[in-house]
Amino acid sequence: MKRLSKEIIIMKKNQDQTIVFESEKDVPLMPMSVGSMLWNKTGGWRNIRPVIDPENCLQCGICWKFCPDVAIHIQNEYPVIDYEYCKGCGLCAEECPSECITMVEEEK
Amino acid sequence: MDRGEPMREKRKMKLSLPKEEYMNSGHRGCQGCGATLAMRYALKALGQKTALCIPACCWSVIDGPFPYSSLDVPIYHCAFETAAVSASGLKAGLEMVGDSETTVVAWAGDGGTFDIGIQALSGVAERNDDIIYVCYDNEAYMNTGIQRSSATPWGAWTTTTPVKHYKDKPKKDMEAIMAAHRIPYIATASVGYPEDLFKKVKKAKDIKGTRFIHIYAPCPAGWKSRPEDTVKLARMVVQNGIFPLFEIEWGETYTLNIRPKERKPIDDYLKLQGRFRHLTDNEIAIMQKEVDSRWENLLSKVSN
Amino acid sequence: MRKVIMGNHALSFGAKLGRAQVIAAYPITPQTQVVELLSEMCADKTLDAKFIKVESEHSAMAACLGASLAGARTFTATSAQGLALMHELLHWASGGRLPVVMGNINRAMAPGWSIWSDQNDSLSQRDTGWMQFYCASNQEVLDTVIQAFKVSEKLLIPSMVILDAFTLSHTYEVVDIPDQERVDDYLPPFNPSIRLTPDEPHAFGGLTGPEHYFELRYKLQKDMEKAPALIEETGEEYEKIFGRYLGLVDEYQCDDAELIFITSGTMGSTAKVAVDGLRDEGIKAGNLRIKVFRPFPFEIVRKIVKRALKVAVVDRNISYGHHGMFYQEVKSAMYAQDYGVPLFGFIAGLGGRDITPLTFKEIAHQTLENEKPEEEIIWIGVNR
Repeated sequence: MKRLSKEIIIMKKNQDQTIVFESEKDVPLMPMSVGSMLWNKTGGWRNIRPVIDPENCLQCGICWKFCPDVAIHIQNEYPVIDYEYCKGCGLCAEECPSECITMVEEEK
Repeated sequence: MDRGEPMREKRKMKLSLPKEEYMNSGHRGCQGCGATLAMRYALKALGQKTALCIPACCWSVIDGPFPYSSLDVPIYHCAFETAAVSASGLKAGLEMVGDSETTVVAWAGDGGTFDIGIQALSGVAERNDDIIYVCYDNEAYMNTGIQRSSATPWGAWTTTTPVKHYKDKPKKDMEAIMAAHRIPYIATASVGYPEDLFKKVKKAKDIKGTRFIHIYAPCPAGWKSRPEDTVKLARMVVQNGIFPLFEIEWGETYTLNIRPKERKPIDDYLKLQGRFRHLTDNEIAIMQKEVDSRWENLLSKVSN
Repeated sequence: MRKVIMGNHALSFGAKLGRAQVIAAYPITPQTQVVELLSEMCADKTLDAKFIKVESEHSAMAACLGASLAGARTFTATSAQGLALMHELLHWASGGRLPVVMGNINRAMAPGWSIWSDQNDSLSQRDTGWMQFYCASNQEVLDTVIQAFKVSEKLLIPSMVILDAFTLSHTYEVVDIPDQERVDDYLPPFNPSIRLTPDEPHAFGGLTGPEHYFELRYKLQKDMEKAPALIEETGEEYEKIFGRYLGLVDEYQCDDAELIFITSGTMGSTAKVAVDGLRDEGIKAGNLRIKVFRPFPFEIVRKIVKRALKVAVVDRNISYGHHGMFYQEVKSAMYAQDYGVPLFGFIAGLGGRDITPLTFKEIAHQTLENEKPEEEIIWIGVNR
């Protein structure tokens, strides 16, 4: 949690802390954002998770392209799922041309 | 995020869209939300020097509550009816304070465009104010719980057009309305064709005057479709001619962007959505006829 | 430069000298001359501003809000139905802390269609968080617009400068139009520290839960409470440069007054004539014209009325089911002050019915004849 001082904090990329206003003096005059939504780990929404089989991955980028949550990143020329944010919608698995992504049940 | 080393030789990935993201994870979009795909692609084309005017719609909630935002561009959350004219005012203000570079984009849902926002939109278009107006269309008032709008297609279930009295009026032809204003650029786009969407937004960015882009954005929650079918639906709707991808310049010149060799029948598309489940074969036949005649009508206007 | 101009044009000159940068307006009788002159000024570049010819008053305010958020100085004008149409966005301006300045011509609300003077339109908006300045002369209108820009931008609270329909909007008077350079000395450019720009991206006005909304509105009220002192301070500054003081009220012969009229707008100048007449008859009358209605100037009103023997508030408006709105507010200001001064509440002039010195004579008569008001609401001039 980040406690704001009197200065308004400029929204920075990759800032994933929640914000708490100590008093009304810290609250900006008009309702305006001072932080990102990265604190909201939407991975908790899932019941099923996508698993990529790199063996059969064509490196086409289609899964990366169709993720509504920007939860697939390209690392070392391969797509990698960010399970902190992946909501388990299944679009990547559905669109993958080589069908190398499987949706598996989340463990309880 | 571990994975084993692949046996095949690694090659460089070629992505069909720029890598830079202006939308972050952690937003409140539902699983498989078409509206968030639309935003992701549009922002890639618009870039950092963009200001969005978002009226009441799903995106006013998806972005996240005060004091957070999930986008890296500034947003003016404006009153419901005012998306177009708020963007106009914002653009005028920015120019007067010395910023004539920032692209101002009104980003509204179908309700805020076809219904309550149409007056302001018409005013802006008539004045040819220098903004881009993007309507992401999930075909109902989804943010307030799936009530019908004039963008809801004929035959669809919504909470205000229940099955016993499904929507029996056709979808408003927004492109025709905008074409009547003779604005420089109108385009339809779909999240099933991201590269086409990207290209159109990029093209719009370099045009001065009012530009209108209508993006088809499936909503699993409101359409009762599977979240993983969102992109598929957005492709099918183009392939069967329900939502053709085309551009109109100056209200006169029509260009068809995707011309399927043979349009697919609409059944498969309807079957994937619970909101059409109640339709009889007869009703589907009526719908098919309507789609066919509108397609022919569009073809007659197309110059390419 | 001294010129004979109409009240509406005094608004236009105020906006021009105030260097408004974005104007968005829609025509409505009796405001049309305001925007027509501004249109001309923008066209011949005597005013460097963008004039957005919107298709409704709701859009007019929406455009002003967008421009103000970008950091531009904005101005608009309207009346009655137009003001009512903007209602939702008036809340938006104050809650969004956007210092729009608007001219409003007080005109009776329809139905039936009326274009004549009545205060219900602006007073119906008294809860929206806008400052309200009721003017009684063309000079005051021009000066107040300039002051309003200064006060609004300091506090980030919007203002409306209000004129009676026809009796002020269309009356021609001699007005001293100040030099631009001297106005520039008084009114610096609008330079908000927070504005919408991609260089520092924020989302403005997003979903605000119960855990935050209260503090935001608390801040608005607290800043509004600074307004009376700021108005007096900027009014004194204005006097130093231009020789005319712009305060919260206009006191006339109140020092030794036994009967004080409380008025607003042009009837306030009519009241002065009536006061003179009454004084000739040996009645120690006085007039307190309330200029700034929001924020309500509690202190100064209390200070002036407590010495009187009787107070008669004249309202050119009524809040149905209650009383005239100036009466309500004066009464609440006097509550628990223990002055023991009886307060008489008169309703006159609705829908543009003329208020003349004779009207005040009647009001004085009724007030002096009775120890306490016989009726809660005393109607003057209604054909019963």
